[in-house]
Amino acid sequence: MDDMRITERHLDQKDIKIKADNVQVFYGSSHAIKDVSVEIQDKTVTAFIGPSGCGKSTFLRCLNRMNDTIDICRVEGQILLDGENIYDKKVDPVQLRAKVGMVFQKPNPFPKSIYDNVAYGPRIHGLARNKAELDEIVEKSLRRGAIWDEVKDRLDAPGTGLSGGQQQRLCIARAVATEPEVLLMDEPCSALDPIATAQVEELIDELREQYSVVIVTHSMQQAARVSQKTAFFHLGNLVEFGETGQIFTNPVDSRTESYITGRIG
Amino acid sequence: MPETHIQTAFDRDLESIQATIMKMGGLVEAAITDAARALDERDETLADAVRANDKAIDDLETSVNEEAIRVIAMRQPTAVDLRTIVSVMKVSGNLERIGDYSKNIAKRATVLTQMSQIHDTSPAIRRMAQAVELMLQDALDAYIKRDPKLAEDVILRDAEVDQMYNALFRQFLTYMMEDPRNITGCMHLHFIAKNIERMGDHVTGIAEQVVYLVTGSLPADERPKADRTSFQKVAEE
Repeated sequence: MDDMRITERHLDQKDIKIKADNVQVFYGSSHAIKDVSVEIQDKTVTAFIGPSGCGKSTFLRCLNRMNDTIDICRVEGQILLDGENIYDKKVDPVQLRAKVGMVFQKPNPFPKSIYDNVAYGPRIHGLARNKAELDEIVEKSLRRGAIWDEVKDRLDAPGTGLSGGQQQRLCIARAVATEPEVLLMDEPCSALDPIATAQVEELIDELREQYSVVIVTHSMQQAARVSQKTAFFHLGNLVEFGETGQIFTNPVDSRTESYITGRIG
Repeated sequence: MPETHIQTAFDRDLESIQATIMKMGGLVEAAITDAARALDERDETLADAVRANDKAIDDLETSVNEEAIRVIAMRQPTAVDLRTIVSVMKVSGNLERIGDYSKNIAKRATVLTQMSQIHDTSPAIRRMAQAVELMLQDALDAYIKRDPKLAEDVILRDAEVDQMYNALFRQFLTYMMEDPRNITGCMHLHFIAKNIERMGDHVTGIAEQVVYLVTGSLPADERPKADRTSFQKVAEE
């Protein structure tokens, strides 16, 4: 019984999607992530919370090797996706990122049409054999991004012309177009107004039926609203990981309690 | 864990709501003592005062609930803060009920004052009320000090109150069988004793909230249940 919301509990399951063992991350000489081990369940929304600089985003970026793009960054330990080490030499990071999609803090649509924004991933990964198939993927993805009805009549318009909330949902549609298994979201609502935030949160809820979603958020109320599992990071350590309802009513560690009740930043 | 929030206004909200609870507690303690004294000393004026003062207790309960709802809406309390808010709502409910029982005792004391005294049961009732009042003092003390050990002790002490009630119950039965003219008075006295026994249960409820507030879970229900009167019957002649 992991979901706080009684009617959603039928979705709960215990399959492990990502297993991190003793992960350490260094930026040059600075030790950013200290020996973090965690199991992320499939079809579950997992929230990472913690003060700025606690390592939550750094750890999130380890899950699809986004840290590879930073030269001075070094990752130790292992991260298993469905039992396979994603840092293995045989793993192509581009293929990995198709499986483990990402949505960023600021909506960042490509300076292309709405259609091409979504079609880009399926094209480079060769997921569609012809235009009809591609059209189908684009429509399905925009529907999953809960933005289809708003853009179906102007698919050729530039993605950058949409409102902030729409752009973010477009980015989510783009991320799901490659049929990922895991969706990483780094503060997906921090640039959005409350209505757009509610729409994205509703979307995250729907995505949970198909994907494992990991969300980094500064809003503890957002973590409480959307997630089933919450991990609290502090100074590079994973301090506490547990069922969201438990973390917000009766956390075990006093540092978690201090943070969620607004006693330390 | 630091004692204070980054937003100090949040601390002030929580403190003020708990101060209201303590004020309520003070009024309720006085109501118990005064109601029992009014009965024992056949003091109608004091009984009237107890009845009149109940309004203040009810008003404080309303204000605790309103404050608690505001804090939930405006500050979205979590963890210990959330448990504090939930516990003040429950404790204020318990205190309000104890106030009502005191008021009811005062009413019955007024009726009893106008009747001839039945044997000498009112000192025993007063002792029982005193025991409950001391339990309440300790429960509120445990609340303010966040002391689950003291709260557990209060919970255990409820068994003594139950035993006092059992003894009184038997006594009233005996008096009523002795002389039917005692029935009216004994019925009132019995309700008074029962009211005090119920107060003990509400004090236990407050003590349980202290344990919940500090530990995050209610105490395991192991306390001895000593009220046996539900199974009691008059020996057939």
